[in-house]
Amino acid sequence: MTRKDRMSGNQAAAEAIRQINPDVIAAFPITPSTEIPQYVSSFKADGLIDTEFIAVESEHSAMSACIGASAAGVRAMTATSSAGMALMYEMLYVAASDRLPIVLAAVNRALTGPININADHSDSMGARDAGLIQLYSENAQEAYDNLLMANRIAENPDVMLPIMVCQDGFITSHGIENIIIEDDAKVKDFIGEYRPEKYLLNPSESLAVGPYSVSPYVIEMKRAAHEAMKNARQAVADVSADFARVFGREYGFFEEYRMDDAEYAVLVMSSAAGTCKDAVDELRAAGIKAGLVKLRMFRPFPADELADALKGLKALAIMDRSDGFSGTGAPLNAEVRAALYGKADVKTAGYIYGLGGRDIKVDDFKDIFGELADLAAGKELPYCRYIGVRE
Amino acid sequence: MIEIRWHGRGGQGAKTAALLLADVGFSAGLFVQGFPEYGPERMGAPITAYNRLSKDEIRVHSNIYEPDMVVVVDETLLKTVDVAAGLKTGGKVLVNSSRDPAEVLAGFGALNGEVYAIDAVDIAVRTIGKPMPNSPLLSAAIRLSGIMGKDEAIAAMQGAFTEKFASKPEVVGGNMKAVSEAWSAVLKIN
Repeated sequence: MTRKDRMSGNQAAAEAIRQINPDVIAAFPITPSTEIPQYVSSFKADGLIDTEFIAVESEHSAMSACIGASAAGVRAMTATSSAGMALMYEMLYVAASDRLPIVLAAVNRALTGPININADHSDSMGARDAGLIQLYSENAQEAYDNLLMANRIAENPDVMLPIMVCQDGFITSHGIENIIIEDDAKVKDFIGEYRPEKYLLNPSESLAVGPYSVSPYVIEMKRAAHEAMKNARQAVADVSADFARVFGREYGFFEEYRMDDAEYAVLVMSSAAGTCKDAVDELRAAGIKAGLVKLRMFRPFPADELADALKGLKALAIMDRSDGFSGTGAPLNAEVRAALYGKADVKTAGYIYGLGGRDIKVDDFKDIFGELADLAAGKELPYCRYIGVRE
Repeated sequence: MIEIRWHGRGGQGAKTAALLLADVGFSAGLFVQGFPEYGPERMGAPITAYNRLSKDEIRVHSNIYEPDMVVVVDETLLKTVDVAAGLKTGGKVLVNSSRDPAEVLAGFGALNGEVYAIDAVDIAVRTIGKPMPNSPLLSAAIRLSGIMGKDEAIAAMQGAFTEKFASKPEVVGGNMKAVSEAWSAVLKIN
C-alpha cells in the first residue's frame, strides 16, 4: 500500500533498493552513504530481499563486482560518497564503456583536501566525464523517486549506461522529512524485469566484455557511448512521463519554479533548490519577478532545453557546489554558459557555494537576486563569486 | 511553521531528541524536519540539532537562525554558546537545570522571550535509571511547542519510543514514565 512516512534520505534510498530488489549489491561503507548498504543488509537478513550482498574491501572492488554482475546479466547496484566514489572513478569509466546499466546511489560529499565529511558536489562532478547518467535530487522524496526510475532509464536498449542518483550528504541523507513510499507491487510492476539482449552467462551466444581495445576501435566505442548518452535524454523523458502517469509526481530534465514571467533566475541543483524556492516566494511577494531552475539531469546535459527556458531573462545566477579551478567558472557555470552561447543573450553571474557543507540560507539567495538586479542594470560582476567566504 | 534549535553536547541525545520530535510531529499529521549539524563526532563537544514543524510542505534546507524555541540540553553551554541567538520575539528557551531560577536566568543577557526550566536529569535518573535528559526534554519541548495536547503527545511518544527501541523494548516503560512526569514539571522562570 502507498504510505505516508517520514525518514532520512538514506532510508529513502534503501527503501527504493528494497523495492527494486536488485540481484546484486556490492558496497563498502563511507560516510555519509554508509547507512544505505547497512539498511539493505538488514533487509537481506530479514528476508525482505533476495539480493546477493557482496561486502567488498574497497569501492574500487564494489564497482568491479557490480561490473562483473551486470556483465553476467543481472541488476547490480551500489552506494557511495566522496573518496569512495573517487576510488571508483577508474571502474566508473569501465562500467560506462562496457555499457552496463549499474545503478549507483550517490550521497554527495566533499572530496578530501582538506578532509571533510559534509556535502558538496566535488565527488560526482569529478565523475562527470565518465559516461554515467547523472540525476540530482532535492530531497528524500526525489532521491527515492529518481532511484525508482533509474533502472529503466539505464536498461533501455538504446542507452545501456550506468546511472548515478545523487542527493546531498547529511542535508538530505541524514535529515528526517516527510515522504510518500509507493506500494511494493506497484513499484515492482513499474520497474519490470531486466532482460538484457547480450550477457556473459548466455550459453548460446559467446561474448567478450571489456577486452583490450586497440586504436582502430577506441573512438568507435566512445562514439557509441556518446550516442547512448544522447539517447538517454529520451529514456529519461519517457520513464519520467510513465512515472508521473503511475505515481502522480512529475519530473523533467529540470524543474522551472515561477519562471513564466521571471526576469531574474537562479539555477541550482539538489537541496539548496528548496531553500531558493522560499527566497523566490518572498521576493515575488515583494513584487520582484524572481524564478528558479532546478537542474535534475546533469548528464546528459539538456543544453537546448535550458537555453529555451532561460532566454528572455534579464540576469541569471549559476550556482556550483564545487570548484573547477579553471579560472573561468565552476563546472555547472561553464556548461550553462556554453548552452546559452549563440542561443540566448542572458547576462550571467557564477557562484560557488556550500563547499564542505557550508550552509546556504534563504537570505543568501535574496542577496544573489539583488546582485542580479545590479548585473542587469549594467554593473560588472566577476565571473565567479564565493557565497559566505571569509577573505 | 515552528522552528526549534537544540543545544547539547555529543553523547547527550540532542540529536535523538530532535529525530524523535520529528517522529512525534509526523504522527500529529504535520510536515516535519529533524536534523543535526554534523561534523567530526566528539563526545562532549557542543552540538546543534534542529526541527521544523509545519502544516505546509517544508522546502528550506538550511540551519535555523531565528528559532521559535531553543532547547538547552546542557546548561554549561550557557557560558560558551549564545544559545538564544536569533530567538524570535516572544520565543521560548527551555533549559535543563536543577539550579535556582535566578542562577539560570543569570546565564542570559537581555531576552525578548520566555525562559522555562526543567530538571530533566533528576526525572531521568528516577524513571529511566540513567542521567539521559533527552526524553523528559522531548516531552517538555512538545508541550511548549503547543503542537498537541497531553494525551495525544503521550500516545505519539509511546509510538516513537516503541519504534526507536524495537531491539530493547524494556526501556520503553521508563521513558514513558519520564515523559509523563516531565509534561507537568516544566516551569516558567522569567
